[in-house]
Amino acid sequence: MNSIALPTRRVARQPLVPDAILGTLVFVAAETMFFVGMISAFTISRSQALPGTWPMPGQPTLPVASTAFNTAALLLSGVLVLVAQRLFSRGNLWARRVLAVAWALGAVFVILQGAEWAALLKQGLTMTSSRLGAFFYLLVGTHALHAVGALIALGWTWLQMSKGRLSQGLFFGSQVFWYFVVLMWPVLYLRVYF
Amino acid sequence: MSSTAHGHAASVGNGHDAPAGHHHNPGFIEKYLWSTDHKMIGFQYLFTGMAMALIGGFTVYAFRMQIAFPGMSIPGYGRVTAGDYNALVTTHGTVMIFWVAMPVLIAALGNYLIPLMIGCDDMVFPRLNRLSYQIFLVSALVLISSFFVEGGAFGGAWTSYPPLSSKSQYNLTGVGSTLWVVAVALEFVAFLLGGINFVTTVMNSRAPGMKLWDVPIVVWMIVLASILFMASVGPLVAGAVMLIFDQNFHTGFFDPVKGGDPVLWQHLFWFFGHPEVYVVLLPAMGIVAEVITVFSRKRLFAQRTVIMTAIAVGIISFFVWAHHQFVAGIDPRMANVFSVTTLIISIPVAEMVFVYIGTLYGGSIRLTTPMLWALAFIAEFLLGGVTGIFLGASGADIYFHDTYFVLAHFHYTFFPIAFIAVFAAITHWFPKMFGRTLNETFGKVHFWGTVIPFNCIFIPLFVLGVRGDHRRIYDYRHFPDSMQAGMQDLRVFATLSLVVLLAFQVVFLVNFFYSMFKGPKAPANPWHANTLEWAAPSPPPHGNFPEGLPTVYRGPYEYSHPDRKEDYWPQHIAPEGA
Repeated sequence: MNSIALPTRRVARQPLVPDAILGTLVFVAAETMFFVGMISAFTISRSQALPGTWPMPGQPTLPVASTAFNTAALLLSGVLVLVAQRLFSRGNLWARRVLAVAWALGAVFVILQGAEWAALLKQGLTMTSSRLGAFFYLLVGTHALHAVGALIALGWTWLQMSKGRLSQGLFFGSQVFWYFVVLMWPVLYLRVYF
Repeated sequence: MSSTAHGHAASVGNGHDAPAGHHHNPGFIEKYLWSTDHKMIGFQYLFTGMAMALIGGFTVYAFRMQIAFPGMSIPGYGRVTAGDYNALVTTHGTVMIFWVAMPVLIAALGNYLIPLMIGCDDMVFPRLNRLSYQIFLVSALVLISSFFVEGGAFGGAWTSYPPLSSKSQYNLTGVGSTLWVVAVALEFVAFLLGGINFVTTVMNSRAPGMKLWDVPIVVWMIVLASILFMASVGPLVAGAVMLIFDQNFHTGFFDPVKGGDPVLWQHLFWFFGHPEVYVVLLPAMGIVAEVITVFSRKRLFAQRTVIMTAIAVGIISFFVWAHHQFVAGIDPRMANVFSVTTLIISIPVAEMVFVYIGTLYGGSIRLTTPMLWALAFIAEFLLGGVTGIFLGASGADIYFHDTYFVLAHFHYTFFPIAFIAVFAAITHWFPKMFGRTLNETFGKVHFWGTVIPFNCIFIPLFVLGVRGDHRRIYDYRHFPDSMQAGMQDLRVFATLSLVVLLAFQVVFLVNFFYSMFKGPKAPANPWHANTLEWAAPSPPPHGNFPEGLPTVYRGPYEYSHPDRKEDYWPQHIAPEGA
């Protein structure tokens, strides 16, 4: 840098990652740390439970099997969004329909989770009934809020795609956020339900 | 008290009268309150931060007077009750860190400087930027509003440890405690949006020719600080959500009676809280690097080393948090590990200080006001860092924990960061920000009137801490061990020094606002500096560079180059024959 004959370094800048993707990735990274904080708090709390108190006697057990179905629906939705992206980049008109199916599967996930909550509340699992209940509603509820937010973004994407006005930035942004929601779920499922 | 504090906020908050120079003529609201221009958003953060600093200063005045003259009616406040005392201490800590240091160092300077210093016209997401400030403003208003609800402002200390913070029968506040948590959480959302902008802008919008190593240190530091912030804040927000549930819905996340764990909060808090120290330190270090290179007319010694050590500091800062919890009942083996990492992190920080001293060595130093502030930063921060070594050693910390020694230590780090470095930045960039020049004599009077009282406040507190003064005591007359010969005199001396320090801030405010409107006009590059912001007119118009965006040909610190007649070589000047 200190040499006397300085070369002219006039380079046209090609961003490595477009603005919208980079911005969403940074956001998702911060969100990941948010979930990491909650999951590690849950893990610590669970590891400190005295033998025989996790789950608390008399509290309902979490429905592992029916949630496995939900999980499958959500994962399939994530795959379909990826397929929609592939089709869209090749100009294939099926992209719209695949995206709609993906959206519907995501909505099914949220609705089934809501039904599960209603059943558990009826069986007596609440945020104050036990620590498992507190963490269950905290973790799953936070994830559900993210899922709803991501579904809104995905629905908006679908609308713009239908009108033929979809920008790369919006599509990438909502996709990245949806993949985040989809991939965070199995982690929560394996940690909390088992 | 509350009404006074609010009055300050209103009067200064409305003072967004900075020249903007838009091409079209927008109305007042569009120009000052609804702008997407990064410079205006920077000013909004700056003025809000200054208003909040007045609140922080007033609260410390009230509770220090109570310590020096217990039970007396304090001029301008009245009698301080024990509950008031807790609320004042909590508000002081919260405001100074979250609503002064962070918005001014990162948001105000980051927004103002980043696009100018990397040679582009605005942030990548200008509307996100505007939203960031608006959320920040709401968070400040929520915090201020907690003074006016029943039970008053939160009294559970800025670290908000449960069960003190989660039960209102302990912290003697009602809805104020939830408002406090909500305000902090909102503020973090604001800085998250800002951080996304900073990282994306610096990655994608640098001027043609500007390689990563050509980015000025202060921009590097602000971006690294944003990354640290965004990586560490998630767990704290998670903890804050859990704390809100504990406060309002009687869950037991942190309540041992219900099987929860109060130390869990401390982990979540300090996992953020310690990187937070470096989140504000790094921009301060960056400011000092810019100022000392300009005013010693020398290249920054070992520029890449500074960046590498800053990255090292950032990484290590995630592995030191439990040194705040040595007496909280953590495993002593874990305490050993965290002692070692804590001592390790002092190495890169010390290295930065050595690099700055190496830059000064042999330079032609000009003792302007910003340079005085920068030199004072190095000296005072060094004291803060050295006393930290005692506290990082877990054995010594058992004695020092929660004494005034700890308090003096972190004020010797935070005051240089949040005030000394910020004054260096404001006095250095003022000509660029407002197109006018600050008065040097007033600046120097303010400098000595701040730095001398600062030491007079905190050196006595070190002594008191070593003699065993606990920091969370409202009235020392109830503690004979703390009323031995001379101890109360030291408290009175520290408090009177504080009053002197606060009084000298009037000099700054007069100088600042007078010069903003009436000071002599400043040229585009008054300090003969190299970085790109000085290539823009003073003040820069909307779009920053009216003659087209600059191209960068060299690093930012080419001072006193042997082949040049002038002793500076701006980044955007094309080499001869090119």
